[in-house]
Amino acid sequence: MKLFAPIAALCLLAVASTSQAADPYLGRNLAATCANCHGTNGHAVKGSGMDALAGMDKAKILQKLADYKSGDKPASIMHQISKGYTEAQLDLIAGYFAAQK
Amino acid sequence: MMLIKRRDFLKVGAAAGAMASLYGCAGGAKKASGHVVVVGGGYGGATIAKYLRMWSEGGVQVTLIERNPTFISCPISNLVIGGMKTMEDITVSYDGLKNTWGVRVVQDDVVGVDAAKKTVSLKTGGSLSYDRLVLSPGVDFMYDQIPGLNNADAQSKILHAWKAGAQTVALRKQLEAMKDGGTYAIAIPKAPYRCPPGPYERACLVADYFKKNKPKSKVVILDANEDVMSKKGLFTKAWADLYKGMIEYRNNSEVKDVEVGTNTAVLEFDKFKADVLNVIPPHRAGDIAAKSGIKLINNRWVDVNWLSMESTSTPGIHILGDAVFPAPTMPKSGHMANQHGKLAAAAIINMLAGQEPNPEPVVMNTCYSFVDSKNVIHVSSVHQYDAATKTVQPVKGAGGVSAARNELEGKVAMGWAKNIWADMLV
Repeated sequence: MKLFAPIAALCLLAVASTSQAADPYLGRNLAATCANCHGTNGHAVKGSGMDALAGMDKAKILQKLADYKSGDKPASIMHQISKGYTEAQLDLIAGYFAAQK
Repeated sequence: MMLIKRRDFLKVGAAAGAMASLYGCAGGAKKASGHVVVVGGGYGGATIAKYLRMWSEGGVQVTLIERNPTFISCPISNLVIGGMKTMEDITVSYDGLKNTWGVRVVQDDVVGVDAAKKTVSLKTGGSLSYDRLVLSPGVDFMYDQIPGLNNADAQSKILHAWKAGAQTVALRKQLEAMKDGGTYAIAIPKAPYRCPPGPYERACLVADYFKKNKPKSKVVILDANEDVMSKKGLFTKAWADLYKGMIEYRNNSEVKDVEVGTNTAVLEFDKFKADVLNVIPPHRAGDIAAKSGIKLINNRWVDVNWLSMESTSTPGIHILGDAVFPAPTMPKSGHMANQHGKLAAAAIINMLAGQEPNPEPVVMNTCYSFVDSKNVIHVSSVHQYDAATKTVQPVKGAGGVSAARNELEGKVAMGWAKNIWADMLV
């Protein structure tokens, strides 16, 4: 059951941090837009050279994204992509990946 | 054969369900159930087949109908044409969908859709019933726009190679057989077409092959459009820096007809004879979408509701990928088709559970193009749903192109391919 605790917490977060009409699966859906490069649920293919986000600390993911957005962290593409999401969306995405095993 | 093997579904479904329950929120809402038929196992169809199984925790049964025995990727296929990769490198089995996710994969062609009875009929006979239908048929070519190409013999000689597979191999063979000092011409149709940067990438990779193997040869781009349609500055710089005198770009050069015997492209005021003539005809939504009675725009592309990818005219039918009339600035790409698949998977699961689709979907695109065997340039964009215009709109200030061609993105491009193929099929 331990595995389910972070998921339940994430569900509460998803409801709490967005408007009432928000889809309960919004975090999952948003994170799925990253999976093309970072792997399904953040499980990047081993040896592919892409960051595996599954289980990464949420604060660390958010800091990386903030640094990409500000330009503090040099990037080939993430500085452009991170600017396409709101802070609330990035928070949901980071929370979803952090909860993955 | 036409009956769903329920036992097999349950067997694999239980395993997939146990895994999937780790991913989703239980929520307490009614669990989605039902049978979804997916037509076409490319970037859109394969993605939605997997994500429907994963996100419904095995509750939704999925049948994927695909005419080919394996998935062959269009992205990266220009590297096969250039001789840098093999067909094996761009081929992935459907076994992961079958064995890991419990998708029933049927090798067949769908020849008819009955939206009232909710059935599809198969080429080999028989029919399948569905609760929701997903069409991800890609594109078919409007050969009637190029009369000389409107027959099987002509199509076997003047290739498009714009669907990866036998034509990819055949075009490579034509290039290998061409004498040094010959001319390869690629004709690009008016936008919108599949993979906006793809033709320019192909010109680069054929030129890379010529430069190393047939240095007296030339590449001519006959573009029906007014200008280079994607990554213009980066492509024109690559042509000038890497292939000076080898690649010639001609805008406003729409191919109106071909003379097959002499490999000649007939333009409006001119003719162009090539040694290898590669004509990408104008395209429209794949046959099964274009001929199913669902609403099309400009008689070519399917009109969809961007909250669910559902047809605006025919409830219960969702359309993905290149067949769709695109939202503003949205490219027809494999990456985008994958994103359509996830948007529609989430919506269908909600709808099968009696819920509304997610009211604020987001999709994004990334596209890498090789300008030689190692150096790559990208274009990216993020698109958010806008309730006022009822479509997904590109986010201003987000997205963009590479600062310059670089080898790092050459590695990233292959990392992208490995991950997106796994995201669809493994």
